Amino acid sequence: MAVRKTKHEMREQLPKDRIKNFNEVPYGYDEKTAIEEAKRCLQCKNRPCVNGCPVEIDIPDFIKHVAEGDFDKAVDVLKTKTSLPAVCGRVCPYENQCEGECTLLKLGEPVAIGRLERFLADYEREKGVKIPKGTKSSGKKVAIVGAGPAGLTCAGDLVKKGHDVSVFEALHAPGGVLMYGIPEFRLPKDIVNAEVDYIKKLGVDINYDVVVGKTITVDELQKDFDAIFIGTGAGLPRWLNIPGENLDGVYSANEFLTRVNMMKAYLFPEYDTPVKIGEVVATFGAGNVAMDCARTSLRLGAKKSYIIYRRTETEMPARNEEIHHAKEEGVIFRLLTNPIEFVGDDKGILKSVKVIKMKLGEPDESGRRRPIPIPNSEETINIDTALVAIGQSPNPLIPQTVKDLKIAKWGNIEVDEDGQTSIPGIFAGGDIATGAATVILAMGAGKKAARAIDKYLKEKN
Amino acid sequence: MYEILEKNKLSETVKLMKIRAPLVAKKAKAGQFIILRINENGERIPLTIADFDEKEGTVTIIFMEVGKTTRQLGELEVGESLLNFAGPLGVPSEIEKYGTVVCIGGGVGIAPLYPIVRDLKKKGNYVISILGARNESLLMLEKEVEEFSDEMHICTDDGSKGIKGFVSNVLQKLIDDGVKIDMVMAIGPVIMMKVVADVTRPYKIKTLVSLNPIMVDGTGMCGGCRVSVGDEIKFACVDGPEFDGHLVDFNNLMLRNRRFICEEEEACKLEGV
Repeated sequence: MAVRKTKHEMREQLPKDRIKNFNEVPYGYDEKTAIEEAKRCLQCKNRPCVNGCPVEIDIPDFIKHVAEGDFDKAVDVLKTKTSLPAVCGRVCPYENQCEGECTLLKLGEPVAIGRLERFLADYEREKGVKIPKGTKSSGKKVAIVGAGPAGLTCAGDLVKKGHDVSVFEALHAPGGVLMYGIPEFRLPKDIVNAEVDYIKKLGVDINYDVVVGKTITVDELQKDFDAIFIGTGAGLPRWLNIPGENLDGVYSANEFLTRVNMMKAYLFPEYDTPVKIGEVVATFGAGNVAMDCARTSLRLGAKKSYIIYRRTETEMPARNEEIHHAKEEGVIFRLLTNPIEFVGDDKGILKSVKVIKMKLGEPDESGRRRPIPIPNSEETINIDTALVAIGQSPNPLIPQTVKDLKIAKWGNIEVDEDGQTSIPGIFAGGDIATGAATVILAMGAGKKAARAIDKYLKEKN
Repeated sequence: MYEILEKNKLSETVKLMKIRAPLVAKKAKAGQFIILRINENGERIPLTIADFDEKEGTVTIIFMEVGKTTRQLGELEVGESLLNFAGPLGVPSEIEKYGTVVCIGGGVGIAPLYPIVRDLKKKGNYVISILGARNESLLMLEKEVEEFSDEMHICTDDGSKGIKGFVSNVLQKLIDDGVKIDMVMAIGPVIMMKVVADVTRPYKIKTLVSLNPIMVDGTGMCGGCRVSVGDEIKFACVDGPEFDGHLVDFNNLMLRNRRFICEEEEACKLEGV
């Protein structure tokens, strides 16, 4: 039988329905579809997909078990390498990673590895998650700073090796960007909580309301712990640096998404944190965070939601899937358009944005063609809310408060390939080390650091 | 959970609470703030630290009931607990020997001013304190502040206690009388801090103000607390809360503090508080 050239479709909520709710967009595969999709895998000997996975999941092995209908075994394979499969199965950019390496691409579409991972994670969660037996204690203590994807992965891997792991989280909830950044309709918070719960059941202790650098210092942690991993993530938002950016109605993507996701402002006044957006929202930027902002705005009741971006669709950093979903939902893309000024009324409330048309010139240092303004092409767009989603700089708290920690030019912590910082026993990974990137790269960094920490602790003996 | 160990009513709308928070108490310094959340559905609100006791493991907060969360907070009793209490956040006040320092507190701003007055005095400064409020019932901590002040001035808008007038009038008079002032520290309503900065500007007297913008996380992530200081955008949570009063754009701060006024009213109405 010839191999099917395309992935099996995953059913989704219709765009006209889903823009009225915060429920998850795709429904996921059923068992039959998962088995059929798994059968497409060629079980290549050289396993190119595994090379594409930052957390080194034995992809062909778990797919083989799915094809055989043995989901429990498949879950076991998955869980040896990742503690957050339901998260990865939803937010990983598979197309650039595992699926980007799939041999089937020569024929058509790759195996839907991401959808299969998601299926397995959901299968296990519904059935009741199995907790592996504890390993013999090593007697070593590790402190993890930040309960985001890097920290949680590092914590999960280290506790499995028998180390005593304590996580210190500044906020009142775990998950980092999984909780405050990624919207409910893309990553339900119950699922994040379930995966965090798994890590806790492995034996990881999570302490909330502890702002490391303020509540306790890294120096103090060094006295009580044998090693430290810093995964404090991205911090302060970047701004457009144009006039009017402090008007009432201009939010950073971080503030907007934190209000809506972590503080549940979409349920105001049942929840106390408010957010207000009016009828017309413009999001500046074209990454995944920008798509999240534009799509969230529609769900909060915006009549029009614009993405305003100075280059073209080809240069957009967002995943194709996110752009596709945004378009389906009616987000209006104003490309080759750059904001030059926010304009407010006499009360300081945002009323409009002045933009200018752009054209693409020669490639810049990023390899992308540099946008150039077209003279006399200014235009005013009336808006009620502006969401600035053009990235973040690393969180400043740890770099500000640890002596001798080598900090790179952009404020991120300098590390080697294993996440080792300039101070022995202190490791770092995720956005705090690399600058804003993806959940899976942060998880990969957490995993590498866990391996290096384990080695460090053994050698320290 | 963070237990309420003590509660006092300082005026009709201002309350003091001593909270058990040993880790925060151990690190707290004058000028810093905390972020608290009452319950699972609650919002995160910043409050400046009014006092702390490392041995007892307690942090004192003083708050005015102005919105839903502060009113709810005021209804809690000794023995009940807050769900979250994170800190100490922000950069502590720079306590140095400046010489003659004028410490100005307006209304509930007197609370966070108190530990600064105390530390400045202990550092050997000559401390002149000016406390002001709309009326006598809104004044607080007069005895405590007086204990660490070399001179003390009290004023009320309606003249119900002390001089009838504003703190800025008292400050202007000190300057006119030829008092050599090395530094002014002002905490209170935004308009008060703006006027104080306007008074000292022509004399180039260093003037620090402690700002209270709307925050969400309070840890350098959301950017909601941004303020214009000179030509720069600063974040009150990690760069502040104290800034050079001569550089702060107070008008923009006042405007940004009104961002959710309608929603606040709606929440209060629904809650019946």
